[in-house]
Amino acid sequence: MSILVDKKTRLVVQGITGGEGSFHTKQMIAYGTKVVAGVTPGKGGQNFEGVPIYNTVADAVKEQKANTSVIFVPPSFAADAILEAANAGIKLIVCITEGIPVKDMVKVFNSIKNKDVRLIGPNCPGVISPGKAKIGIMPGFIHKKGNVGVVSRSGTLTYEAVKQLSDLNIGQSTGVGIGGDPIVGSQFIDIIKLFNEDPDTLGIVMIGEIGGSAEEEAAAYIKKYVKKPVVGFIAGRTAPAGRRMGHAGAIISGGKGTAKEKMEAMKKAGIKVVDSPAEIGITMQKALLNLNGKSTTTTVQKAKGAAANKKTGVKTGKATTNSSSKKGAAATKKSSLTANKAAGTAKKSTKLVKKAIVVKSASAGTAKKPALVKSKKK
Amino acid sequence: MKIHEYQAKEILRKYNVAVPNGKVAFSSDEAVEVAKGIGGELWVVKAQIHAGGRGKGGGVKVAKSLDEVRELSGEILGMRLITHQTGPEGRLVKRLLIEQGVNIEKELYVGITLDRAQSKNVIMVSTEGGMEIEKIAAESPEKIIKETIDPEVGMQAYQARKLAFGLGLKDLQYKNAVKFLSALYQAYEATDASLAEINPLVVTKEGDVMALDAKMNFDDNALFRHPEIVELRDLDEEEPLEIEATKHNLNYIKLDGNVGCMVNGAGLAMGTMDIIKLAGGEPANFLDVGGTANKETVASGFKIILSDPNVKAILINIFGGIVRCDRVAQGVIDAVNEIKVGIPIIIRLEGTNAKEAGELLQNSGLNFEVAGSLKDAAEKVTSVLN
Repeated sequence: MSILVDKKTRLVVQGITGGEGSFHTKQMIAYGTKVVAGVTPGKGGQNFEGVPIYNTVADAVKEQKANTSVIFVPPSFAADAILEAANAGIKLIVCITEGIPVKDMVKVFNSIKNKDVRLIGPNCPGVISPGKAKIGIMPGFIHKKGNVGVVSRSGTLTYEAVKQLSDLNIGQSTGVGIGGDPIVGSQFIDIIKLFNEDPDTLGIVMIGEIGGSAEEEAAAYIKKYVKKPVVGFIAGRTAPAGRRMGHAGAIISGGKGTAKEKMEAMKKAGIKVVDSPAEIGITMQKALLNLNGKSTTTTVQKAKGAAANKKTGVKTGKATTNSSSKKGAAATKKSSLTANKAAGTAKKSTKLVKKAIVVKSASAGTAKKPALVKSKKK
Repeated sequence: MKIHEYQAKEILRKYNVAVPNGKVAFSSDEAVEVAKGIGGELWVVKAQIHAGGRGKGGGVKVAKSLDEVRELSGEILGMRLITHQTGPEGRLVKRLLIEQGVNIEKELYVGITLDRAQSKNVIMVSTEGGMEIEKIAAESPEKIIKETIDPEVGMQAYQARKLAFGLGLKDLQYKNAVKFLSALYQAYEATDASLAEINPLVVTKEGDVMALDAKMNFDDNALFRHPEIVELRDLDEEEPLEIEATKHNLNYIKLDGNVGCMVNGAGLAMGTMDIIKLAGGEPANFLDVGGTANKETVASGFKIILSDPNVKAILINIFGGIVRCDRVAQGVIDAVNEIKVGIPIIIRLEGTNAKEAGELLQNSGLNFEVAGSLKDAAEKVTSVLN
C-alpha cells in the first residue's frame, strides 16, 4: 500500500499545454502515471501526447473519471484552478505552482477545508508512490518501492533524503512534498496521520525547515500516537531571523519558528533528529534495523505460526500487518488507552514486515545479515 | 517587501487611518519647509530606515522651534544609525519624516498579520504600547487581545468594538479606535500586506486615536497586482549584491561567514548552509540558483559569491533531478575558466548524469574538490578550511 496516490489515481493536468505542464506531463506518463485528461480553457477538444484536453475540470471528471488533479498554471490563476478542481469533485489536488499570493491562499484554504478534498501544496514537488504513480516534478528514478514514508516542505532536499534511502536499499511507500509556502493545504500532521495508518509504511522521514509551527504540531501528534520510527531534520539552523530563505514560509519572525525550537520539540517527541542532512538515510537504516532486532525476540512465535500458513516470509509479514494495523487504526479513534494497545499490536506486526524486508534486502548488504541469521536460528 | 514609515503612513492616510500630519524630507531645508507647512510649536524629526529601534539609536528627536528642526535634521541626516536590527555597521540615514507633535495620553499596540496555524489573518491589540509584541507575548500574554478574521466576510464591526473595549477605551477615544481598527484592516487587506504594525498606537488628550509609528510589509508574491507599492522600494536599504542577484533570477542572501555556497532549491540550500557550519565553517550566503541551473546562472552565481571578500572557499551542491548534472558541471567549468577563481571549490553533483559530471570535472584540468556524497562534501569543506 501507499498513501494518496497509487494505480487507481486518474490524473487530470491543469495547465497541460504550458511549458512546465507539458514537460512534466510527459515525465509523469513515462513513469506510468495514468494521465487521463488535461485542462486548458479554450483548447477543449484537442489532445496532448494522446491525452484529451478539456475546457473545464468538470468535463475531465465527467468524461474521464479523473479523481486527482495536478496544477501547473501561473500563480495569478492558481487559486482559481484549485477552487475549480475542488468544486468539480476532484478528491486530491496537487498544486505545484510557486508564488501564489497569501491572500488568495487564505481564501482557498478556508473555502475547501470542510470539503471532501485534500490539497497538497502549493509550491511543492508533488506526491510519488514509487512504482505506482508520480504526481509532480520530482525525478522518478531516485525512488525505490518500499516501506518508508517521506514528508517534507522542501524539493531538492527531499530528493537528497530519498536518494540516501534508495542507495541503502530502503524503498519508500510514498513521498509527499507539502510545500514551502506559509499556507499549504496539508501539513506535516495530516500526512503523518496517513503514514501512521498505512500498514505498509514502517518508518517516517520528516524534513522540516524554519518558520511557522507545523513541525511542533506534528511532533506533539507523533509523541501521542506514532509508534513507527520517525527520523527528522530541520533545515535552516544557520538562517538569520527576519529573512525569507527562498521559500515564502521559511522565515523566522518575532523569534518564533527557529530550527532549534523545532528540533527540541521533535527530540522530546522521540523523533530521531539528525544534525546533518547527510545522516538522514543512515539514521533511518539504524532505526529499521533496531526495530528488526527487537522483533526477532518478541514476535518470533507469531512469525513461525504465520510462516506455516504462507510460503514466503515476505507475504506472511505483510498479510499479518495489514489486518492488525487496520484494527490498530480503528482503535486509535476510540480512546487514547486503547490507542496505545492498538499501537502496540501494530508495532509487533510491523516488526514482522520489517523482518520480511530484511530478508528481501539481506543479499544486498552484509550489515543486515546478523538480524536475519538471528531470526532464522530462533 | 519592506517600506519606510512615511510611506506606510501615506498608504494608511489613503484608507482613512488616522496618522499625524507629516511629510518626508531629504534635506534640512526641506525639513524646515515641511515643519512650516505643518504649523504648530512642536515637531518630531524621525530617521527613515528599514529597521526598528530608531528612537533608542538616537534617530528620533523632538524639536520645539524651526531652528531646532533644522539643527536636528542636520544631525540625523547622514548619520549611521545603529539599532538592534541594523547590525554593528548601522544604516546611513538619507530620509527624514517631519511630523506634528501630538499630545499623547496613552500608548497602545495594534498589529495585523497572518496566523499560519489557523491560515487566517489575526488582529492583535495590547495596552502595552511601545514594547515589542514578542516580549509582551512572552511575559504577559494575557495583555494581548486577538481577533481572528474570517476571510469569507472580513473584519466585522463587533470585532473592532471588542478590541477597542478590550483596550479600556471610552467615549470619543473608543469611537475613534473602532474607526481606526476597521480602517487599518481595510488597508492591510487591500494592499496584500503581510504585516501592519502600529506601535505605538496613541490616544491623545483630545480623544484622537492615531498611528504614531507605522510598519507595513507586503507579500512579495502579490506585488504583481500592486505596481504602486513596487514603486516604494528603496534600493538604498537593500544589500547591493542581493539586488544584483535578483537581476539574474538568483535568490541570494548575504551572510557574514567564510564559505560561499551555491545550491539548487531553498531547502537544500539551507541544509547546505547547516552542513558548512557543522564542518567548522560559517556560511557566507544563501544562494538558490533555482530549478533550472545552467551555465549562465552558475556563472552569475560565482561572480556574486566572489564579490564578497570574506569568502575563503565555495561549496557547490546541486541535486540534478530534471536538471542534468553534466550540463551543470560544464557550466561550472566554463565559469571558472572565464572568471579565474582563486579559492578552493568543493563541488558535489548528484542525480541525473552525476557520473558523467564527475568525469568532466576530473578531466577539466581545474582544481576542483569533487565530493561524492553530502557527508563527503562536508568533510572536504573542513579539510580546505584547516
